[in-house]
Amino acid sequence: MTMSQRMNALWEYANPKKFLATTERVLPFFWASAALCLVAGLVWGFFFTPDDYRQGSTVKIIYLHVPSALMAINAWMMMLATSLVWLVRRHHVSALAARAAAPVGATMTVIALITGAIWGQPMWGTWWEWDPRLTSFLILFLFYLGYMALWEAIDNPDTAADLTSVLCMVGSVFALLSRYAVNFWNQGLHQGASLSLDKEEHVADVFYFPLLVCIAGFVLLFIALVFYRTGTEIRARRIRALMARERVQA
Amino acid sequence: MMPELGKYADTVLSAYAASLLLLAGLIAVSLWRGRKLRAEMKRIEARVSRRG
Repeated sequence: MTMSQRMNALWEYANPKKFLATTERVLPFFWASAALCLVAGLVWGFFFTPDDYRQGSTVKIIYLHVPSALMAINAWMMMLATSLVWLVRRHHVSALAARAAAPVGATMTVIALITGAIWGQPMWGTWWEWDPRLTSFLILFLFYLGYMALWEAIDNPDTAADLTSVLCMVGSVFALLSRYAVNFWNQGLHQGASLSLDKEEHVADVFYFPLLVCIAGFVLLFIALVFYRTGTEIRARRIRALMARERVQA
Repeated sequence: MMPELGKYADTVLSAYAASLLLLAGLIAVSLWRGRKLRAEMKRIEARVSRRG
């Protein structure tokens, strides 16, 4: 199959009926594997890993904090990609997928902020600090709120999709900034990356492997939720169209 | 079975409780809205097809 044929096959999923049929088939796999990875990773990390020699048992928070922070940023990047597809190709499913992902990303951001504050209190002696990474994460959360509010505030769905796509592009600067803030400013309380291709940098193996399982669980849960919620948005759009047709006929 | 969390027990348990509650809430709201709209769409489609 050529590249162009592969791209054409991909665009078939922009058809709402095709998208719904396909996601309904694969959703049970994503729900089940997300549950399996989350339970396995969290049980492994919580019950079967030792305390850290400096951080004590608080290190167990890593299994929630790092995956949720990763997904908070990656959810926005996924929204950026689907928003660009909307702006360029005008496929409604891509705009609805971005809308469906926003509450999931916002929840991940809240989890990262809350677990970070709870973890930071005993380790840094404060719940909050205007550190580059923490601040950029808070701004990212505000962008999520603004994005969701904008969708709700505009009646015309195409106009809402256009404006939220532009907001998504602006917010992606903060999504990237929250990932690389520690490197840019090289200051503040927050440590560097917990995961890195450079083996010298990332956490010890005893924490690393259950962390990978938890990250897989969060990624699979994100995919399952976005597929499911996109289906819901497609149905909401169809309901609006049917009701508009009824009003015209009445 | 519960691991010894020492003086940070409250810290660790509250982080887990808050996160799992938020995740459970997100999943519950998503499923509730999904089911509601699925039923509503079926009802409206049936009404529209009856009217022709």
